[in-house]
Amino acid sequence: MTALTGIRVIELAREPIAFVGKLCGDMGADVILVEPPGGDPCRGYPPFLDDTPGEDRSLYWWHYNSSKRSVVIDLDDEDGRDRFRALVATADVLIEGEPPDRLATLGLDYDDLIKHRTDLIHASVTPFGRNDPKSDLPATDLTLLAGGGPMWSCGYDDHSLPPVRGPQQGYQTGANFGFLSVLTALAYRGVSGEGQFIDLSQHAALNVTTEGSSIRWLTAQTTVQRQTGRHASVTPTTKTSQLCADGRLASTGAGARNQEQFALLHEWLKELDLESQLPEAVFLEMGANWEGHLNMGLIGEDDAVTAIFGAGREAMKLIASTLTAQEFFVQSQRKGFTSAVVNAPEEAFEDEHIKARGFHVDVYHEDIERTITYPGAPYPLPASPWRIWRRAPKLGEHDEEVFSELT
Amino acid sequence: MPEALSSFRICDFTGQLAGAGATKWLASFGAEVIRIEDPVNEGRWDILRSRAPTVDGNSSVNLSGSFNNHNTKKHGITLNLRTERGKEILAELVKISDVVTENFSKGVLDRWGFGYERLKELRPDIIYVSHSGFGHRGPYSDFKSWGPVVQAISGLTFASGLRDQEPAGWGYSFMDHTGAYYMAMAVLLAIIHRQRTGEGQWVDLAGTEAALTLHGPALLDWTVNQRPTRRPGHPDSNRNLWPPMAPHGVYPCAGDDDWVAIACRNQGEWEALTSVIDEDWCRDPVFADLEGRLASQDALDAHIAQWTAERNKFEVQSALHEVRVSAAAVQKPQERIDLDPSTENFGLWRKVVHPEIGPVRVEGHPVHFSKTDWSIERGGPCLGEHTEEVLGRLLGMSSKEVDELREEGVI
Repeated sequence: MTALTGIRVIELAREPIAFVGKLCGDMGADVILVEPPGGDPCRGYPPFLDDTPGEDRSLYWWHYNSSKRSVVIDLDDEDGRDRFRALVATADVLIEGEPPDRLATLGLDYDDLIKHRTDLIHASVTPFGRNDPKSDLPATDLTLLAGGGPMWSCGYDDHSLPPVRGPQQGYQTGANFGFLSVLTALAYRGVSGEGQFIDLSQHAALNVTTEGSSIRWLTAQTTVQRQTGRHASVTPTTKTSQLCADGRLASTGAGARNQEQFALLHEWLKELDLESQLPEAVFLEMGANWEGHLNMGLIGEDDAVTAIFGAGREAMKLIASTLTAQEFFVQSQRKGFTSAVVNAPEEAFEDEHIKARGFHVDVYHEDIERTITYPGAPYPLPASPWRIWRRAPKLGEHDEEVFSELT
Repeated sequence: MPEALSSFRICDFTGQLAGAGATKWLASFGAEVIRIEDPVNEGRWDILRSRAPTVDGNSSVNLSGSFNNHNTKKHGITLNLRTERGKEILAELVKISDVVTENFSKGVLDRWGFGYERLKELRPDIIYVSHSGFGHRGPYSDFKSWGPVVQAISGLTFASGLRDQEPAGWGYSFMDHTGAYYMAMAVLLAIIHRQRTGEGQWVDLAGTEAALTLHGPALLDWTVNQRPTRRPGHPDSNRNLWPPMAPHGVYPCAGDDDWVAIACRNQGEWEALTSVIDEDWCRDPVFADLEGRLASQDALDAHIAQWTAERNKFEVQSALHEVRVSAAAVQKPQERIDLDPSTENFGLWRKVVHPEIGPVRVEGHPVHFSKTDWSIERGGPCLGEHTEEVLGRLLGMSSKEVDELREEGVI
């Protein structure tokens, strides 16, 4: 038994919402993916198993559709709609990302469906919300991130280069809110017995996922400007990335902050025999011996404080340049500095810490007789464990077992 | 309107955005969130308490716009956990709470004597959700982090950038937001589990782990095909791999740092786009089908950029929407907050009247529930604003007792 065991979720297959269904399914919900005849186009998305395109070989599909069953229902056909209504009668939750008027036109919107399932939770995910005419227009992960705010803050110091998107995170951010909303509605249903309709706007989801960009404007009507690899800011900040000895980048962070850390940093520089390469090293000593509060707020105002913190940053960068990025990260963190290595996703996946926490999850695909390693749980719930309960379904794989239960 | 989560009480030690963002969602849906802060250092374990921006440029623990935004509708009390009496009061609060939340470094609650084992003694079915960059287990569990560290370690920084450039990364703490969403999910999953079984549990949420789940197909491409994302020409994240599209990019427009994003998902959208642009190059056979456009994407992008560069970004957006092509101006903060009917009509921005800040706008939530919608009637609590009210209402203390606690330095 896990958190959502026994909760039946119907998902009308659409690219932007597939992640909501996965989040439900991997927590134990019985997710039934309803696909049109011919299947969801995402079945054909790369990358493919062994780089060979073909049926049931899309790794994209595998990832976003784990822990789901698949049935084929043609909603444009009256028999199909009857079957869908019968299916919804057995369901706790419906997740869909249809254009705003489509379900009403088919007689399958919330008001119709609650006649068949009075406590249904129906979550609609559209680009701008159900009542906005713009939700009828095509939108993609890219255009949502552009219009919704994240992209304005992301890119390079050189503003002749375009703002940059974090791929997939437009859809996934909307999906995260979709799952959060379903859980909130389930918790309420657990208390009250009542279901309800949820209207989610992906554009709004991104608008409230921009941190300083929104807060600065809402509070002080100032505008942040994008900078390479660091927070967009109203006033420019110092670069914190450093190329390391192995050609990978590290993020050196804020460096030393207090007397103890300046002493540690100075000691580290000496250990690595680098003191002579940093003329500013004398300021590290000054920082270590500073009397009273060493106030970062005085950077730019007080010459000594400015020099001390500047030397701290330069020392971190110099050290980073002589170590591999991973060595720099681990050694500096062990000394108490908040630093990082800029991993590629696969490097992060192979990291010893991630592995030690059990993030590599093996799933046996009986159809190809192979065990595939998947990314694991976003959250470890020991009493109600996350799990990939089954591989992504083939088209209509569960028609018979699902339909035979319906009256 | 009833509130979805009004039957749940949360004893909340969260701060910044990675923690406070989670309990903001829960509070907006009616959970009683009691934020506990230290009276001695004036709640500064949440570094946002005294940070910019502020409305008038002044600084104090009650004036921060970020703190106010992330803590709307929460109750704020002070409790000095260095004192025995402070610990006793916390124990009483835990006994009547459903959930304890925090995003400190590992070990802080243990040092106060309120690790999970102790919480469970106080309330056997307690839900405890901790959120840190690396979690409380594993080789890096003592390491420190903030949003940019989580993003760098997890590959999110690397995945975002242009070809032949260093990573652009995220220009903000995307994982403070997203980590907060996963923290709220963990709280709700544990609540639903407890509703059905009566059991509580401790969720040791690690931001880096949550972040890694956001790279799904790339990680399977690695485990199955051994294809790394660190390879020549990659990442080039304004382009699209799954599925491949061309054009798919961000193009310059007339104006100051103005840009427009355009994506053609299929042949029909390409034909619609070229019907609007209608220049000779549109008919160049090399661009006739997707395969050709992908092979000549640099040239294609250069043509489109030349066309957009002479035009206003919102005019390009409208012209392409007219023919049903995906397009969006890269919106600046003012454009999406003050001038965008889609956020305005959705009721996304809310005005609260804060006792010290005065009227100020805050972020709402991107959903509406038909029966139990969220609400935000007030901003973040001033330091200790609800101490007397909470101790009186929940623990039955008189004003006199509260005054004594204040004199003894307990609150």
